[in-house]
Amino acid sequence: MSTMSTPRIRLPGSASEGEEIEIRTLLTHPMITGVSSDDPRDMLTRFEARMNGETVFAYDFENGSAANPTFTFFIRAAAPGEFTFTWTHEDGQSVSAEESVSIS
Amino acid sequence: MRFSRRSFVSGTAASAALVILPIPVAALDLSDDVAAHIDDILDGRDPREGGIELDAPAVAENGAQVPLTIRVDSPMSEDDHVTAIHIIATANPAPGIGSFHLTPHLTRAEVFTRIRLAEEQEYLVIAELSDGSVLQAAARTAVTQGGCVT
Repeated sequence: MSTMSTPRIRLPGSASEGEEIEIRTLLTHPMITGVSSDDPRDMLTRFEARMNGETVFAYDFENGSAANPTFTFFIRAAAPGEFTFTWTHEDGQSVSAEESVSIS
Repeated sequence: MRFSRRSFVSGTAASAALVILPIPVAALDLSDDVAAHIDDILDGRDPREGGIELDAPAVAENGAQVPLTIRVDSPMSEDDHVTAIHIIATANPAPGIGSFHLTPHLTRAEVFTRIRLAEEQEYLVIAELSDGSVLQAAARTAVTQGGCVT
């Protein structure tokens, strides 16, 4: 597989308890299906967003998912506001990013 | 049916960059491969048409990066929420595009991602709700440069 790059996450630094926050994520990745070229398959299989340890949003990648996968979704902020975002490759390797939203 | 829809799309596409263009799923001409993929998701359930808004370009310059916003009409409460949203291509080498998994921690059943379309085609969105019911919708996007599904 290609080396997993550093994820880019956009979310607010602070929010009120229960407030809606918008989260945007982007991971640079070629997402090569191996269908229409000689390049070996190189695909992510799953994205997971966890808030305070609980999975709140996830995505299973299939061949029609674009390269450099990006997501936007909206979460109800809960204390303490610790977020973990994980992308898992079909070969089992994964890359994660952690972000904190200060909840008032 | 198929040709009248196509001419309608090409006629309106030039004037609108972003449109919500629902197409009845029943009107789609699905290959066996696509139909089997949908049957796997439905698992015997009978989907209702509608309750889903699709926001995508009528014409995408680059089929490899087609922006798609999906909005399902749902309060996203503990008792009444969307649990999954599946995207299915009708004319890609493989029908599966991807599947979202949602929870009541989300404030809205609204998600954005980018998809691959190998050529001009219709694509379906199937939403599974917490009460066990299923919604479906479809849209069509023309592609200037095909998304080589490498």
